[in-house]
Amino acid sequence: MSAVVDTHGHEHGHGDHHGGYGGIMRWVTTTNHKDIGTMYLWFSFVMFMVGGIMALVIRAELFSPGLQIVDPDFFNQMTTMHGLIMVFGAIMPAFVGFANWLIPMQIGAPDMAFARMNNWSFWILPFAGALLIISFFTPGGAPGVGWTLYAPLTVQMGIGMDLTIFAVHLLGMSSIMGSINIVTTILNMRAPGMTLMRMPLFCWTWLITAYLLIAVMPVLAGAVTMTLTDRHFGTSFFNAAGGGDPVLYQHIFWFFGHPEVYIIALPAFGVVSQILPAFSRKPLFGYASMVYATSAIAILSFIVWAHHMYTVGMPVTGQLFFMYATTLIAVPTGVKVFNWVATMWKGSLTFETPMLFACGFLFLFTLGGFTGLVLSLVPIDIQLHDTYYVVAHFHYVMVAGALFAAFGGVYFWLPKWTGRMYDETLGKWHFWLTMIFFNVTFFVQHFSGLAGMPRRIPDYPLMFETWNKISSIGAFGFGLSQLLFLYVVLKCIRSGPKAADKPWEGADSLEWTHLPTPAPYHTFDPQPDLR
Amino acid sequence: MLKKLFVGALGLALCGVALAAEWNLQPAASKIAEDIHWLHEAVMVLVVVLFVGVFGFMFWSCYAHRKSVGHKADQFHENTTVEVIWTVVPALILVLIAWPVTKVVIAQKDTANPDLTIKVTGIQWKWAYDYLKGEGEGISFVSTLATPRAQIENREAKGENYLLEVDNELVVPVGKKVRMLTTAADVIHSWWVPAFGAKQDAIPGFIRDIWFTPTKTGTYRSQCVELCGKDHGFMPIVVRVVSQEDYTKWVGEQKQLLAKAAEDETKTYTLAELKSRGEKVYAANCVACHQANGKGVPPAFPALDGSKLVLGPKDAQIDVILNGVTKNGTPTAMAAFGKQLSNAELAAVITYTRNNWGNSTGEAVQPADIKARRK
Repeated sequence: MSAVVDTHGHEHGHGDHHGGYGGIMRWVTTTNHKDIGTMYLWFSFVMFMVGGIMALVIRAELFSPGLQIVDPDFFNQMTTMHGLIMVFGAIMPAFVGFANWLIPMQIGAPDMAFARMNNWSFWILPFAGALLIISFFTPGGAPGVGWTLYAPLTVQMGIGMDLTIFAVHLLGMSSIMGSINIVTTILNMRAPGMTLMRMPLFCWTWLITAYLLIAVMPVLAGAVTMTLTDRHFGTSFFNAAGGGDPVLYQHIFWFFGHPEVYIIALPAFGVVSQILPAFSRKPLFGYASMVYATSAIAILSFIVWAHHMYTVGMPVTGQLFFMYATTLIAVPTGVKVFNWVATMWKGSLTFETPMLFACGFLFLFTLGGFTGLVLSLVPIDIQLHDTYYVVAHFHYVMVAGALFAAFGGVYFWLPKWTGRMYDETLGKWHFWLTMIFFNVTFFVQHFSGLAGMPRRIPDYPLMFETWNKISSIGAFGFGLSQLLFLYVVLKCIRSGPKAADKPWEGADSLEWTHLPTPAPYHTFDPQPDLR
Repeated sequence: MLKKLFVGALGLALCGVALAAEWNLQPAASKIAEDIHWLHEAVMVLVVVLFVGVFGFMFWSCYAHRKSVGHKADQFHENTTVEVIWTVVPALILVLIAWPVTKVVIAQKDTANPDLTIKVTGIQWKWAYDYLKGEGEGISFVSTLATPRAQIENREAKGENYLLEVDNELVVPVGKKVRMLTTAADVIHSWWVPAFGAKQDAIPGFIRDIWFTPTKTGTYRSQCVELCGKDHGFMPIVVRVVSQEDYTKWVGEQKQLLAKAAEDETKTYTLAELKSRGEKVYAANCVACHQANGKGVPPAFPALDGSKLVLGPKDAQIDVILNGVTKNGTPTAMAAFGKQLSNAELAAVITYTRNNWGNSTGEAVQPADIKARRK
């Protein structure tokens, strides 16, 4: 790789401009991928806090058997909104934020392909988030149907359900626009010499994720639109009395829902694939097989959706097909895990906070993968479906998988984004507190699930009390630990020591090797020649 | 001595913890459940072996290949042989698992030749059982949570079977193949008995089936496992498995009760009789939404105290309770009670609502009034 390209001269030539406006209007009107990435990340953090407070309401109610804090109706609203806000408001926008910041810098492009659309993709989100929150204040409150919005329970809900449907529409539009932007940027705006198979793996995972989003978000939009017309316009898509079928909703939803799992997981894989080699001081093991495994996971994700529905009463051939297809996913996923471990093997390892989170991800995500294998088997799943075992499983994948990777990514790129280093000691504290409390919260849920505790219940039989108490204590510890994260980030931005251009010895993608720290407002204009 | 006592006490304490905190699948009481346990244990062994293997490498690497101990990084980044092995071996392991699992899946789905067929209908928030075929044919009852509200609201100490007790338990004979047909009246519910390894969603407008053959007598408890609205957490499933003799005896008793109920339908009651029976019916069927004080939880669950419908002409109220309330052709949370309750029960509960709280119509609704409104 060539020496650091001096973009400073160029920067001064145009002045350190942030578009035409200052203050708040800078953020409203910005078309800069870095500004938009920052807004995505802050938005997702706010949503993470809102969804987290809902989780704490749930865990507070479940601390003891009996109804103490909230009534069952409000409890259902909490579980529903916690799920929707965390999936669509926190995790997905967080990774779009990473994509905005990093993809142009990693492929040597000056910005995203559609800069104005990029602005719009972001600014739709606050309105969608607001609709979800406003639904609590409508007659009947927010929908209490679970984040999966299963028909026909959705028909019984109040106007909050309609607001939620519109919010899902908006979130879908935002995701589709963001994805088109990412696909176009990656396919058309790579610097000369940046061939597809030279791209950092993070760009690869996002390219594949973007295709998944474009394929399945319209499917979700269709499902909720049918729910809307069933509610108000007398259609009977999901009503047997009018010739419909409630299970049809589930098929459509999970045709979206299963790829959605990988929409969340793949960018996390990408982040971890950047961090592990950097701190192992060794190239990523099996780069090509990583790309193929990611593609294989994406393709398989389209033919496994009904494993979420083993108990709806499918014919035996249907159950067997979906079971075999699902277990197949273990093969490419296994390849990825083995590659990561092989990347670390015989490296020269150091354990700064990003590396700790990447290792935590690898360890716990794999655990979630193993429970996924257990759940993929029809007879065992029939026993565990809709119990806390499933809750534990998907929190290992979503929190210990996606969220840990996002934390790792923030610590990894924070110096490049802000020009300052975060406090390493506090970062490590954040990791260990998060790691310990995460397991206190969710590991025990495997046990309550095995013993037969159904999910989404506000009150439970006495035999589940011990695990629920432990889980609730863990949840509050986990929640409070995230305030430390906020403090570390703010401290870094305000008063962190100045960071070097390449603070991580083993980092080798363009944002580290070709750009100063902090990354200037405009980068790679003109593009670097990497041939 | 002191040490022995201490160890003993610690042991007892640990036993206490183990008893209080169930951490594995419930004991099996059917062949299928046993198979599921076996499969689960086999897969767990496999998973633990893989886990130890993979993370043995990772932790060894974290320990031995640190920069701080002076380890220099190798620069290898691919090895085709290794990559082929770790693709092919997991695939082979999956094929090995698939064989025994497939056998259980096929067995689970084989509902042919049952000794007893029972239909279970999920209703917000209770279960209705109809014995359709086999010994006991014609028996039909609704099974509702029996845990008092006072326990749920923490005003009384919680009983041993808190939230897992019902007024009418499903009774089946041991060693007989029972086929359950599941359906629902309003939204999707899911019927589950962990000890039998039997779980099936109950879907409105469709019939699905599962089967189980209980191998041990006893009482087996569970709950609805598909979110079905406000009181999803309060619709338990209790199955009592009894010997063949006891079952025959139970069937006899149920038939007598049915005969008596038929007699009740033709009687005329006093206002006081209706009110006292109505209070019980209300507590079992109405209180969850309309509340003990009759104030409901508006707007979803309207108040009955002072309600225009309750204080108006009785026929209008009878119609709502018989047929439920539908919105755009889909049932709402106000279910149709016509098929769940007898004329006598309906007459009693309607009389109760019309003469309780601030309501005092002084009017007694008789079973004959209900019969007249049935279509």
